Amino acid sequence: MSDTLAKQLALVIDLNVCVGCHACVTSCKQWNSSGAAGPLADLNAYDANPTGTFFNRVQTYEAGSFPETETVHFPKSCLHCEDPPCVPVCPTGASYKRKEDGIVLVDYDKCIGCKYCAWACPYGARELDEERQVMTKCTLCVDRIYDQALPPADRKPACVMACPTGARLFGDVKDPDSDVSKAIRERGGYALMPEWETQPANQYLPRKVTAALGE
Amino acid sequence: MHPAWSVIVFTTVAGAAQGLVVALALATLLGVPLAAGFVDAALLCALGMLVVGLASSLLHLGRPLRAWRAVAMWRTSWLSREVIVLPAFIGVVAAWWLALRVGVSAPWLPLLAIAVSALLWYCTAMVYVCIRFIQEWAHALTIVNYTLIGLASGGLLAAALAVLGGQPALARSLVPWALGLTLLAWATRTLALRRNAALKLKSSLQSATGIPAKKLVQKSMGMSAGSFNTREFFHGASAAAVRHVRLALHGLGFGVPVLLLLAVQLGAPLGWLVLALMVQGAGLLAERWLFFAQARHPQNLYYQTVS
Repeated sequence: MSDTLAKQLALVIDLNVCVGCHACVTSCKQWNSSGAAGPLADLNAYDANPTGTFFNRVQTYEAGSFPETETVHFPKSCLHCEDPPCVPVCPTGASYKRKEDGIVLVDYDKCIGCKYCAWACPYGARELDEERQVMTKCTLCVDRIYDQALPPADRKPACVMACPTGARLFGDVKDPDSDVSKAIRERGGYALMPEWETQPANQYLPRKVTAALGE
Repeated sequence: MHPAWSVIVFTTVAGAAQGLVVALALATLLGVPLAAGFVDAALLCALGMLVVGLASSLLHLGRPLRAWRAVAMWRTSWLSREVIVLPAFIGVVAAWWLALRVGVSAPWLPLLAIAVSALLWYCTAMVYVCIRFIQEWAHALTIVNYTLIGLASGGLLAAALAVLGGQPALARSLVPWALGLTLLAWATRTLALRRNAALKLKSSLQSATGIPAKKLVQKSMGMSAGSFNTREFFHGASAAAVRHVRLALHGLGFGVPVLLLLAVQLGAPLGWLVLALMVQGAGLLAERWLFFAQARHPQNLYYQTVS
């Protein structure tokens, strides 16, 4: 897994402009519920404790002390690590990283639902689908980004298409001239939990205001 | 982590069965006089426990019918290796039992049983040790404890079976073995508990989000009710309940069995060994529950606040 791939597709999330609208969450759910893999389960959807499978969540954090506070909306999905700890632990080979573009995927037909890959992901990016009883995760809309039937401008993950503020950039982080590589280079893109050396492909662009808050 | 009963039962029961086989194998190799019928029955008991453990581990799977696929990735996955070594161990024990049954002399079988049992403990522990960011698990003590707890409970099980099987001399000779191992396992498990209590976690909310603010709190985890992330990685028990489980670990898992073993060593009735086994069984289930509950997964940093 340590050999570097020539191409690595990834998302870059701009925390400066995410407004926490959850459009990426719902568009992700819609696209991935309509594909060949079948729906992402929703249990008790109209009941007291609704729960369901999502590949993408938007969380909200508060930085600083009142009145010097900043609200940070923080989208979170699989980071498609360059050294993904979830892949080697899989006993069946259902979890794999594609050589051609670096996307980390689950082969739903091989997954036995042992949940070990989810234990081995420090980010909590994987969710077991309660109805299908197999592990699921962000696919970077692999069934969309290569679809020749779509106009080239639409060959992007559903979340990227849906974002009203352009907070989600998509591209090849190994191509130094791509938008994502430039954004990472020029705007201080960073990885989550660098202490575990998973080398996440997805990176985040820091909020300038929060950085200025310092403490 | 949320302790799963399937895995708790599997690791506890299979561990004791391994310890039982090792005790019988060592007794055989050291030339302890053993009634053939007793070893036969004890090996059958171990086989039954191993099958129960295997069945329990299958219940952990979302798709049990696909379990056979789990042997595929032995080159990289400790879980895959465990899945291979467990049936291999069952095979070795079954072969030994069969050899006794048909009267074939095969002194290498007990030796092989000890080696494969050690390998199985190692694989089982490495499933947890190799997850580097679950710091409570990622330590050599995990291997030591899985092995010693299996040896201790299996030694006590062998002694109790000897009592029930009408082999008082064998039971007496097994008491020091079970007592020493239980004391040793108690010591190393206590070391692990101390290590966990003093652990400094490498991940923080700051490293998880990359937001460089000293004061940082989550206001919403992004959903109003639970998800896989909130069910699988949190034990959900109160601090008081966890304290009680820790008491059960020390008292039932080790303290009371040690006292009963000591008493038998000093002349108390051998029947107390059966009582010690039952008490220790309950205590070791508590021990395994705490092993999982104490593991703080870094993903929990992302799931602190519902709103």
